[in-house]
Amino acid sequence: MTDIERHSYDVVVVGAGGAGLRAAIEARLAGKRTAIICKSLFGKAHTVMAEGGAAAAMGNVNPNDNWQVHFRDTMRGGKFMNHWRMAELHAKEAPERIWELETYGALFDRTPDGKISQRNFGGHEYPRLAHVGDRTGLELIRTLQQKIVSLQQDDFAETGDYEAKIKVFAECTVTELLVTDGRIAGAFGYQRESGEFVLFEAPAVVLATGGIGKSFKVTSNSWEYTGDGHALALRAGAKLLNMEFVQFHPTGMVWPPSVKGILVTESVRGDGGVLRNSEGKRFMFDYVPDVFRKQYAETEDEGDRWYTDPDNNRRPPELLPRDEVARAINAEVKAGRGSPHGGVFLDIASRRSADYIHKRLPSMYHQFKELADVDITKEPMEVGPTCHYVMGGVEVDPDTAAAAVPGLFAAGEVSGGMHGSNRLGGNSLSDLLVFGKRAGEGAASYVDGLAERPAVAQADVDAASEEALAPFAREGGENPYEVHSELQQTLNDLVGIIRREEELTTAVKRIAELRARVDAVAAPPGRKYNPGWHLCLDLRNMLLVGECVARAALERQESRGGHTRDDYPGMNPEWRKVNLVCSSSPAGDVDVVRQPMPVMPMGLQHLFDRAELAKYVTEEELTAYDAAPSGDGAADEEEEN
Amino acid sequence: MTTTATPPTREPGSAGPAGGGRAGIAARTLRTDRWWFQPLITVLGLTAWLVYAVVRAATQKYYWVGAYHYLTPFASPCLSKSCIPEAAHFGRPLPEFPPLIPFAIVTLSFLLAFRLTCYYYRKAYYRSFWQSPPACAVREPHRKYSGETRFPLIIQNFHRYFFYVAVLISLINTYDAVLAFHGKGGGFGFGLGNIILVGNVVCLWMYTLSCHSCRNITAGRLNHFSRHPVRYRMWMWVSKLNERHMMWAWITLGTLTLTDAYIGLVSSNTLTDLRFIH
Amino acid sequence: MGTQRHFRIWRGDDETGDLVDFDVEVNEGEVVLDIVHRVQATQAPDLAVRWNCKAGKCGSCSAEINGMPKLMCMTRMSTFGRDETVTVTPLRTFPVIRDLVTDVSFNYRKAREMPAFAPPEGVAPGEYRMQQVDVERSQEFRKCIECFLCQNTCHVVRDHEENKQAFSGPRLFIRAAELDMHPLDAKDDRKEVAQAEQGLGYCNITKCCTEVCPEGIHITDNAIIPMKERVVDRRYDPIFWLGRKIFRRPGMPEKPADGRRG
Repeated sequence: MTDIERHSYDVVVVGAGGAGLRAAIEARLAGKRTAIICKSLFGKAHTVMAEGGAAAAMGNVNPNDNWQVHFRDTMRGGKFMNHWRMAELHAKEAPERIWELETYGALFDRTPDGKISQRNFGGHEYPRLAHVGDRTGLELIRTLQQKIVSLQQDDFAETGDYEAKIKVFAECTVTELLVTDGRIAGAFGYQRESGEFVLFEAPAVVLATGGIGKSFKVTSNSWEYTGDGHALALRAGAKLLNMEFVQFHPTGMVWPPSVKGILVTESVRGDGGVLRNSEGKRFMFDYVPDVFRKQYAETEDEGDRWYTDPDNNRRPPELLPRDEVARAINAEVKAGRGSPHGGVFLDIASRRSADYIHKRLPSMYHQFKELADVDITKEPMEVGPTCHYVMGGVEVDPDTAAAAVPGLFAAGEVSGGMHGSNRLGGNSLSDLLVFGKRAGEGAASYVDGLAERPAVAQADVDAASEEALAPFAREGGENPYEVHSELQQTLNDLVGIIRREEELTTAVKRIAELRARVDAVAAPPGRKYNPGWHLCLDLRNMLLVGECVARAALERQESRGGHTRDDYPGMNPEWRKVNLVCSSSPAGDVDVVRQPMPVMPMGLQHLFDRAELAKYVTEEELTAYDAAPSGDGAADEEEEN
Repeated sequence: MTTTATPPTREPGSAGPAGGGRAGIAARTLRTDRWWFQPLITVLGLTAWLVYAVVRAATQKYYWVGAYHYLTPFASPCLSKSCIPEAAHFGRPLPEFPPLIPFAIVTLSFLLAFRLTCYYYRKAYYRSFWQSPPACAVREPHRKYSGETRFPLIIQNFHRYFFYVAVLISLINTYDAVLAFHGKGGGFGFGLGNIILVGNVVCLWMYTLSCHSCRNITAGRLNHFSRHPVRYRMWMWVSKLNERHMMWAWITLGTLTLTDAYIGLVSSNTLTDLRFIH
Repeated sequence: MGTQRHFRIWRGDDETGDLVDFDVEVNEGEVVLDIVHRVQATQAPDLAVRWNCKAGKCGSCSAEINGMPKLMCMTRMSTFGRDETVTVTPLRTFPVIRDLVTDVSFNYRKAREMPAFAPPEGVAPGEYRMQQVDVERSQEFRKCIECFLCQNTCHVVRDHEENKQAFSGPRLFIRAAELDMHPLDAKDDRKEVAQAEQGLGYCNITKCCTEVCPEGIHITDNAIIPMKERVVDRRYDPIFWLGRKIFRRPGMPEKPADGRRG
């Protein structure tokens, strides 16, 4: 076996998206020597794909906004499955995290009085999203990237070495976390470019690896989103929370194949676009569920009037919550009324002038023109649901982002709890910043509190190295690209947007069969930048996480947010009290257990009307609510923001 | 920190050794389109114009139409004792010129310098005459390259000076064009020549004001547009013109040629000016 | 449904390599990156290619297609003739790692040498006030996705390896312009840095960076030339020089002490 490059750090951050970079900044500011492990090049992480903005109750556009309102919106959006403390911290701290970015050099769009401008978005009561046109994610990641560079410049000025305290390992993938005596001792991985192994000895590891979208066939996520962090955490002994909640965005491109899954922004519908089936019918009117009946238009005329006169008309059903629209599209396609390429038509061409479309939706116009050769001012788009975000993730302590394994931390999409069963648009970018910072802080103070650093066991290193090299040894093994494509198809078809027991059972069975095949995939020879080999290693993670999603989905017998069961339609208050927690045995057997949901303090509960709460909670919980003194109480004792 | 030495060549932000070789591709370019076409027509266009201009400026003839007071921009201002007195709108302070020396040598040299240091023309001749590079992603033929970092090319930074002078010369050209509304035997007159002269002057202004230096001077150099609304509006206007700077650069070559040729033809009685008034 | 097309893809490393022929299926609506992936999945599983978002937003899949620097994910197959051979090669300016992947660390090194944003003193987070018109120029440059096509196509380093030491390249010039035009940046020697340390003078404004920019940033007209002009303001302009002499203004009157105005 070849030499293994060894490094020793205080904190190793796995993942270089928004959460990872923010965590690294915080750890470095706390004086910790920090490594950033970047699966791609520095600054390319999936965060760049975020468009809309970062939600923070700064009240720049509407002064009535405050953290309590943001907290309420977040809980509603997540159908009360959110960890209350995370939602609270998030709502309170988001504005500071955004303002801080300006001191790093970020340039958000401005209000007329020179403050950060904020825009409206689905589920947010007030204009709340700090943004830069439709490229907010890029601004965020570039700002954090440049802040890290500036910290390196400070270190250079002091020590003569840019990398004295913070170093970026680009195109480096962690394949295993090393645990000694139940505590994190380090991380093991390979460098894409050379294929050489690298070992990080570090008492604290922050996971910030993002999501799992690449386990699904149709997704808006990039190739890196293979659930690495989820799988690393499981294998290290941590637990995953509520993995059944996967957000499918209703409108992704379906054609041409090269762009299948790429997002078509909600604003198309907000600006007048309607959904039609192959018969030309605006089918959404047939899919308004009873609970929303009162808020949505019943005729096309009324819906059309809403755009200009929202006070006297109800909104068109195209603007129902994401999950409802996605389900409706799914049903139309299944009933054989889909578009030629398996979606439905999103038509704005026949409803708005070309000028208006150019002005309001420039990037959408560009996207369809460049990628699909479709002129959206002249013809309808074809759209269908696409896997977008996983609400579930590593179970963490809200204040420190610490996972169950001492020394392990998680922030961003890889962590769970913050968004409940459904994430609001705009809450992910602020999530990254708030909990990225907390994870960095948590890791730094954990390191401070250590009397002795756990030592990496050579046997673990050998095992990790053997595991990583295994695909080379399997002669005549399967092509990883084929196995990957089958896994994606399986999850897409059986654990997709609409789920039912038989399909989920089949999925679990298929996944078990696939596991045997994943164990047999072979990599083409050569370790240097060998994508075939990388896929072999990523497959393990995708499979493990896929199994968690399938098993948790089978377990939860209700429909809520990003989890829709055909056989159990409707929310069940009893299930709201239940978190589903996945763990894995060292052999890779997944186990799902029920765990009670932490109870929200009364002070926060009283931010909601009784009538609203009644939709979500049990009688018993309502009785407790009634018994407690009302008023804002504990919620704003701590801080007014 | 690092117990096993990191290879010293490893670079920040990206894995891997630097200084390793580039991909071994010998071809000068793999472009399959007609990348050579643009530099070719640039060379032809600029050469043709230059030849015409040199010949015309050096002939010292047919630059003035006495009847209508048409003066070609190639001889304006005419400052030498050799000039026809009526054509010398600013007097004749300079001695007689020997043959081949253009009467407007003073201004012409500044105008030439203005265009030579112009950001558009620089691109045009660097790409076409100097082949540096002939087209994007096509290897240039030179072994060494230091750009505009040293003499003589560092002089390109003096574009600003030439811009100031070009503004003055444009004023002179404007004055010439106004004086040219002259009827046969005095009084107001208006002919096709006036349209050409005025058209040329308008285009010259467009070219001069769309200059990148002008854009910087109006407000480009400021960091707070919001505190200088008037300059900001000027900047917006110049910026819009500036997008078409290349177009104006070529159009003015055309209008200059047209104006000079027309005046030359009328002056040599080859052509009669089409008169609308007097 | 698909048609067979002919591809030539450069395969090799820093020691040896050559164009390799592939006949591969192409379907309607596909982009070059799809075809490279198909080659990878069916014919050459170890074909190295760098990519991420596949939507023109991350700037990873830069390569040269028929000799022109482009993003593979944004180059549609329909732009080629049915019988046209499509040649895909790695970026020429940077050292090759393997196949289509190059070592772009040059750009990160230059970025690290570029002085970072200097926050204005005495302005607390949340107190930053900037007008939209004042941030718009810098915002254009912040659209940059760091695909490094401009760096790759710039002849200053593409054709002259030895200039890499002294020349930072268009990507860093727009960063310099971004910071110099930032209404609140507290550093005022960015023009001098651009001239002396980044090698702004090497640029002969032949505009290839602008031509290849997938984000449509007007690199030359809005960043490089304005920076050259700002250098001129300080070093060569006669009127400003005189003005400074007469009015005894030491610097350019543009960096406010109090960043909150405006």
